[in-house]
Amino acid sequence: MNPVAIATHSTEILSTWESTFNQLAELLLDTLQGNEQLSIELAGEQSHFMRLNAGKVRQSGLVTDANLNLRLMANQRSAYAEFPFTGDLAVDSATGLAQLQRLRQDLPQFLEDPYIVLPENFGSSREAHTGQLLAPEQVPAAILPAVQGVDFTGIYAAGPMVRANRNSAGQNHWFATETFVLDYSLIAPSEKAVKATLAGQTWDPQSYADQIRQSITQLQVLDRPVQKVEPGRHRTYFAPAATDELIGLLSWGGVSEASMRQGGSALAQLREGKSLSPQLTLRENFGLGLVPRFNSLGEVAPEEVPILVAGQLVNTLVNARTAKEYQVHSNAANAYEGMRSPEVSPGTLKTEEILIQLGTGLYLSNLHYLNWSDRTGGRITGMTRYACFWVEQGEIVAPIQDLRFDDSLYSFLGPNLENLTNTQELIPCVDTYGARSLGASLMPGLLVNDFIFTL
Amino acid sequence: MKFDLHQALNQLTLNADWVGLRQVNETTTTHAVRDGRPESSGRSFSQGVMVEVLAQGQFGYAATNRFDQASLQWAAEQAQQQAIATAKWAVHPFTADVRPKAVGQYQSPFQQPFDLISIADQLDLLVKVCETLHVSDQIVKTSAFAQTLETEQIFVSSNGSDTYQKLGLVITDYEATAQAGNVIQKRTDNGPLARCYQAGAEVFDPEQVLARVQRVGEQAIKLLTAADCPTTTTTLVLAPDQMMLQIHESVGHPLELDRILGDERNYAGSSFVKLADFGQLVYGSPLMNITFDPTVAGEFAGYAFDDAGMPAQREYLIKDGLLLRGLGSLESQARAKVPGVANCRARSWNRAPIDRMANLNLEPGSSSFAEMISRIESGVYMEANRSWSIDDYRNKFQFGCEYARLIENGQLTQVLRNPNYRGITNQFWRNLVQVGDRSTLEMYGTPYCGKGEPNQCIRVGHASPTCVFNQIEVFGGAA
Repeated sequence: MNPVAIATHSTEILSTWESTFNQLAELLLDTLQGNEQLSIELAGEQSHFMRLNAGKVRQSGLVTDANLNLRLMANQRSAYAEFPFTGDLAVDSATGLAQLQRLRQDLPQFLEDPYIVLPENFGSSREAHTGQLLAPEQVPAAILPAVQGVDFTGIYAAGPMVRANRNSAGQNHWFATETFVLDYSLIAPSEKAVKATLAGQTWDPQSYADQIRQSITQLQVLDRPVQKVEPGRHRTYFAPAATDELIGLLSWGGVSEASMRQGGSALAQLREGKSLSPQLTLRENFGLGLVPRFNSLGEVAPEEVPILVAGQLVNTLVNARTAKEYQVHSNAANAYEGMRSPEVSPGTLKTEEILIQLGTGLYLSNLHYLNWSDRTGGRITGMTRYACFWVEQGEIVAPIQDLRFDDSLYSFLGPNLENLTNTQELIPCVDTYGARSLGASLMPGLLVNDFIFTL
Repeated sequence: MKFDLHQALNQLTLNADWVGLRQVNETTTTHAVRDGRPESSGRSFSQGVMVEVLAQGQFGYAATNRFDQASLQWAAEQAQQQAIATAKWAVHPFTADVRPKAVGQYQSPFQQPFDLISIADQLDLLVKVCETLHVSDQIVKTSAFAQTLETEQIFVSSNGSDTYQKLGLVITDYEATAQAGNVIQKRTDNGPLARCYQAGAEVFDPEQVLARVQRVGEQAIKLLTAADCPTTTTTLVLAPDQMMLQIHESVGHPLELDRILGDERNYAGSSFVKLADFGQLVYGSPLMNITFDPTVAGEFAGYAFDDAGMPAQREYLIKDGLLLRGLGSLESQARAKVPGVANCRARSWNRAPIDRMANLNLEPGSSSFAEMISRIESGVYMEANRSWSIDDYRNKFQFGCEYARLIENGQLTQVLRNPNYRGITNQFWRNLVQVGDRSTLEMYGTPYCGKGEPNQCIRVGHASPTCVFNQIEVFGGAA
């Protein structure tokens, strides 16, 4: 099937939104009084969501949603107002002006902020990535025939997304993209699953057919009887998606400078002379081009921010507010100082040698529900999930009954990290918390000695 | 000018089996203060309409934040197109029976309206909270967070539904982090964001709030010099502010019918519970009684009708340890052929409703707190959740708490830090040996129960007495 794009409608809505956003921003900025300063942020999407279960459609629909955030600053005080952005200039102007006026009235009641970050002009940018997506009514016929006869479950999400930022210092950023994500599991009778994602800006029927064929082939390995593995220390291989889960947790009380300063970072020991494996290098790599480099303040991040180099902590993520409070340099991190485009450098382990080098131990495709069990000690607990196997002498023996792990990153990313694969995989961010996420991470696999499983 | 949803419904031109419009207007006011200084303050307003259309036995939906007839007509046509395009592939042929006619109103309870307290007064209290938490120079961080929400939900449909539900919600979080050298301990006001209620400005009573946070600060300091929780298998006593998490993760999620039907297998996960288990499975000890109850006054997830129009009422999910009923909406009940509850819920106007928890509570037993502790020769008492993880079938869990006390010879003795415990769901609940009486019952909730594709973070409430479990594996933190 040829992709017949909804680009007509997407292009129309993106064009309307950009025009309305710019006119509204001018209108709001023109009304500023005295020493008032203003930053304006837009986030929006028109998304088609199709939920799939057992090769059938559970729910399907469209969501058009966009929100504008105004932050007014004056006399060392700031406050925000967020409200719907409809793209209708008359409606949005009336709402925007009313919200700005209310902020102006309320502002004297707010606390003085010694670390207030005032708008600056760091330069402007405009990026617009056009896609070729399936029309919503075409999606079932494009996806479902190929997966009849297998237990195919997941979500297809597609459509245009926008992030934009303007401020009273003259800065103007616009980022628009049209993307799709098909995030799915093929589930075996044993309830083990092949988990995969197909994402991009152009729906290519051949790529989809090839990937599904490969997933169905992988499913056959899961047909073997499930083996129970006793908890304890096991040699363990983490596939790139599993690496992504482990590294992703560092965005929550790990790499943030504010959390480091405020007693909330699991990496604090790296500031006290400890180091991780010399094989481990982690960076923010905006060169991947999958997320806007500007943050909510409009600051533009360097194309690359090294965090760990050869096991040494060389940078934390710092936003302008933290920078002001602790008198350090900002590297344009987001409000939560989490990673937006992480990359772990590859090692030397060849893909074809993973099982041989693993020898006897566990091959983990995915992990589930990670959390800090002792953040100060860097200890992480979580579960194995989907396609995880017991391997003996370089041969897959059987899928395993899921295991709980609980181990410290100072061990498994430290002396117990034996090698990383010499290739990386792009793991798209498929989160849809309130809105579709942008971005992806670039991760290799990890080979670890003596990883601790507890239940 | 107020938008007339009834008129909008009547003016839609559509040949469908059923149409519903669900409008949500929500205003959220948020203030966050750290160490007495502002972190973030502001107000957000969200509004939009979810249009659901039933055609050829399948629902399609389209949601828009535009309030004009042309946009709603476009949304309705898109929803119908989705229903028709996917009808051939539908998981189940639905009828309008899963969207019964509902007429009525609901207003959440409150004693004082939110506008009784000004922005300045609210921030003044949060600054005082930080000052009070700072009981010693070993407190390296204090934070105070308050959020109020006013939500209106209006639902009209082609089969005569007409409901109006107005919620007033309050979420607070007060935290102190203490540090001595490499030892860092955090203590909060019953767990992060656990104090969630349907209430009004009365929850900001300064006397009550400051008395609570004084204790939070003092306990954070105590934890710095406390011994680590021992690694042993022992009697575990859980306070209500940890029981809420235990109920949520190991009872609520596994009983969601959409998980059992497989909808969540690519994301939140499945369940060890099978459809054949309803009416058969001994889930826990005979002391275990779990109710689904959106009618509890002041609990966080109260309502009169779910988002499909089903009237909310109290139901036992587990009675005397026996599993009776699932957390399943009319849609899931039609698919699964097992009894369910009024839990078809959406996060807001921009998401389609799915099976969710609402208020899920453990019913009180007959023992006072002192009586329960006095019966324990050796054990550990834990309060307030700080770490949570469970597998995708809701079996193997590991939870950590902020604060613990050793129990020796029927007495609470020394304070313990970094307490954790782990177990397997049914084994754990079958080891429930004491349930506290109503005097031990406390009510909490969370605004962040995540589930669904696309994801929906939804509000849930949990009330529980203090409970005692035998033979549980407990342990401390990293060396």
